Amino acid sequence: MKVIIFLAITAVLTAAGFLVAFIWATRNGQFDDTYTPSIRMLFDSEKEDPNQEKEVRP
Amino acid sequence: MISSTETPVKCYHCGDDCPDESILSEDKHFCCQGCRTVYEILEENNLCTYYDLNQNAGVSLKSGDHKGKFDYLDQAEIVTQLLDYQSDTVSKITLYIPAVHCSSCVWLLENFHKIKKGVVSSRLNFLKKELSLSFDNRQVSLKEIAGLLTTLGYEPQISLQSREKSTVKNNVQRNLILRIGVVGFCTGNIMLMSFPEYFHLDLQNKVDSTYQGFFLYFNFILALPVFFYGASDYFKSAWISIREYFKNTDSVFSVDIPIALGITALFGRSVYETFANHSAGYYDSLAGLVFFLLTGRWIQQVTYNYLSFERNYKSYFPLAVKTLRDQKEQFINVSQLEKGDIILIHHQELIPADAILSSGKGLIDYSFVSGETDPQSRRPGDLIYAGGRQKGGQLQLVVQKPVSQSYLTQLWNNQAFKEEKVMPTTELANAFSKYFTVITLLIATITGIYWYINNPEVMLNSVTAVLMVACPCALTLSMPFTMGTTMGIFGRNKFYVKNQGVIQLLNEIDGIVFDKTGTLTRNNSEKIIFKGKPLTENEKNLVAHLCSASAHPLSQMIARDLGQQEKLTTDYFKETEGQGIEGRIDGHLIRLGKRGFIEVPDLDPLVRHTHSYLSIDGMLCGCFVAEPVFRPHWQKVIKKLSRSFKLFLLSGDNDAEKDKLQPCFDQHAVRFHQTPQDKLDFIRQKQEENMHILMIGDGLNDAGALRQSHVGIAISEDVKVFTPACDAILDASVFDRLNDFLGFSKTAINIVKASFILSLVYNFIGIGWAVSGQLSPVMAAIFMPLSSISVVLFATGLTHLFAWLKGFYRIPASDANLRSL
Repeated sequence: MKVIIFLAITAVLTAAGFLVAFIWATRNGQFDDTYTPSIRMLFDSEKEDPNQEKEVRP
Repeated sequence: MISSTETPVKCYHCGDDCPDESILSEDKHFCCQGCRTVYEILEENNLCTYYDLNQNAGVSLKSGDHKGKFDYLDQAEIVTQLLDYQSDTVSKITLYIPAVHCSSCVWLLENFHKIKKGVVSSRLNFLKKELSLSFDNRQVSLKEIAGLLTTLGYEPQISLQSREKSTVKNNVQRNLILRIGVVGFCTGNIMLMSFPEYFHLDLQNKVDSTYQGFFLYFNFILALPVFFYGASDYFKSAWISIREYFKNTDSVFSVDIPIALGITALFGRSVYETFANHSAGYYDSLAGLVFFLLTGRWIQQVTYNYLSFERNYKSYFPLAVKTLRDQKEQFINVSQLEKGDIILIHHQELIPADAILSSGKGLIDYSFVSGETDPQSRRPGDLIYAGGRQKGGQLQLVVQKPVSQSYLTQLWNNQAFKEEKVMPTTELANAFSKYFTVITLLIATITGIYWYINNPEVMLNSVTAVLMVACPCALTLSMPFTMGTTMGIFGRNKFYVKNQGVIQLLNEIDGIVFDKTGTLTRNNSEKIIFKGKPLTENEKNLVAHLCSASAHPLSQMIARDLGQQEKLTTDYFKETEGQGIEGRIDGHLIRLGKRGFIEVPDLDPLVRHTHSYLSIDGMLCGCFVAEPVFRPHWQKVIKKLSRSFKLFLLSGDNDAEKDKLQPCFDQHAVRFHQTPQDKLDFIRQKQEENMHILMIGDGLNDAGALRQSHVGIAISEDVKVFTPACDAILDASVFDRLNDFLGFSKTAINIVKASFILSLVYNFIGIGWAVSGQLSPVMAAIFMPLSSISVVLFATGLTHLFAWLKGFYRIPASDANLRSL
């Protein structure tokens, strides 16, 4: 049954990983502007030049 | 692509109607050359996705003429003041761009590097309308960037205030979010780890007791960041409050003291239990408590990002002005202007300091300072006050006073601007805690003494339990949640308050001071009334034709009002500056102008409004009068308000409207010819009579009064564009609901009081258990969050209920899209 202790520690460490990600995101300023990204994500990514695309595909 | 052939043709770029179909690029029509230029730039750079995202997304460029506008950005020292960061190769800058309005704007501005070589990256904050640019300063200059942005219709607004960077607020907010995140993480895990304890582990059993020990120490470790990091602010402010109290600078213990005591008691007791008794502590209660407190704090600081409540004259004044020093034209920062400097002002430029006109014909528009629409003409030798905008040719002026000492700007040197307004964000809570803290400490002491005499073993337990339970968590939460909800409801109804404290301040108001121009009357809209014998259709036509030839605002207004039907022939036209206009149209001599320019019998009563007499073929026909248009229902609003408040009116204008206004106000409550300083002094004088004044105004001339008053509300037709520094912004369309807003702020305070009482009831129940020494960790873990959550639900629920009852939910469907912003 010692495995529960192991599991508990693993679980908390996993969560701690996300906590670190959260801290990084906050420091990085990702929560400074929570509105613009909602617009930004709707833009299509760059349209590839059609000629280039043909070259890639044999 | 789409090319509409129906009439009228819409501009492909901005969607305005095209005057004709002459401006073309490929198959697309444009309303002006500016729009076509933008299209061509975008086309050339393969950026036409701009038009796919939103049709006719562009900003109209008809009024744009920016040639030479950004010349001052050639000077390195001025540019350096604007930059956020600068190295040998890369510069970073944040520009405020008011024209940003849709997703296409975001897309184009973030693809700016494709248009301009040398721009490394650009990022837009949509709500704040701020574009963060970094660019290679060897390849491109700030002047080129600003120029190109303006060509595209996104003119950056660079003002004297652009120099003052504010990064502080961001950091405070980030810090709080970090704390909430960390404490939230700990709270969740501690709760999970505490579960086995609640289900009564059998300590005789070896397996169970291993688990119990493990979970206990694990919780202890998780509680460390909660106590030392999450709650540290409460200890600091509690300590400050105690220090202030003993220095006699503050007579009240702040509500943070019982909070800090409660947190300390929870933590201390838990550590003691863990290490001395090996039994469960109150870690879950502790973490939950701190988490709730921080959430409340976060709600409290929520504000409208896209509105600015802090603008002063610096937001409107230019950063630099062209001067003539040592026979050389150069730009200098306006704050460095000195007496005797010669400055050059072009068409549409703002005069930054009080100065004497030395050459040029001045036609100064003060509408932005005083709301007066009529430009005033000035001759060489006249003193021109700062804040006016030149319309017409170039002027040369000699500066008389530095910018900060000028007639308009010295208002900001007033004491009122030097000290922060007292915000009673926690005043009500503090009033409670004045007794609360003392009573809590008293109960704790009595409990301690009682148990010391009767059963010393229980003493420590019961004293700490009292402190824990008495922690006024629910009490401190009810305020931010009620006020936050109220703020949201106000915002949806187009009344934007700066922060939660303003709602409390609104509650104490007993006198209201109105400004006239732009507040009771509508801004920039005047009604033309013709006094005299009614004109025939033909005469109207003649006058309209004459007026349309003049650039004077009043002529333009008359022309618009009369409307022009057919084209007529003009043989002769002459405009006498500041006097009037005359012309021979279709054989008739038409003259329009002031008394003196046109012969008017002395018997005629004086007209106080902006006006112009008309004579046709030497015969006086009558007079055009521009009367301000009052806001709809203004009399009803005043009447309603006068039932519960003392009302005053301060107008910077003349007393032309006296007869209309006097009946609505008390005698002596209406004053005309008030300077900005007079308005400020009037409010101060009323405050010294112990009145709490609400000031409602709109222009920069009200700025001093808005600041001096307890609550300053700026009224605005477009809340995102122009507002002087204030505590709240009221959209002009909801002016008639002012009374409802004031009434609801009272309701909100009552709701807070009701939830205070509810949380006190909880505290008494808790203390009842605590003094008898019965509070177990499980009970605390259930009781404390439950009381907090129920108080929050009670407060927000009641606020919504009352808002619904008072009709704040009846929002016209057309405004629904505004909410998304």
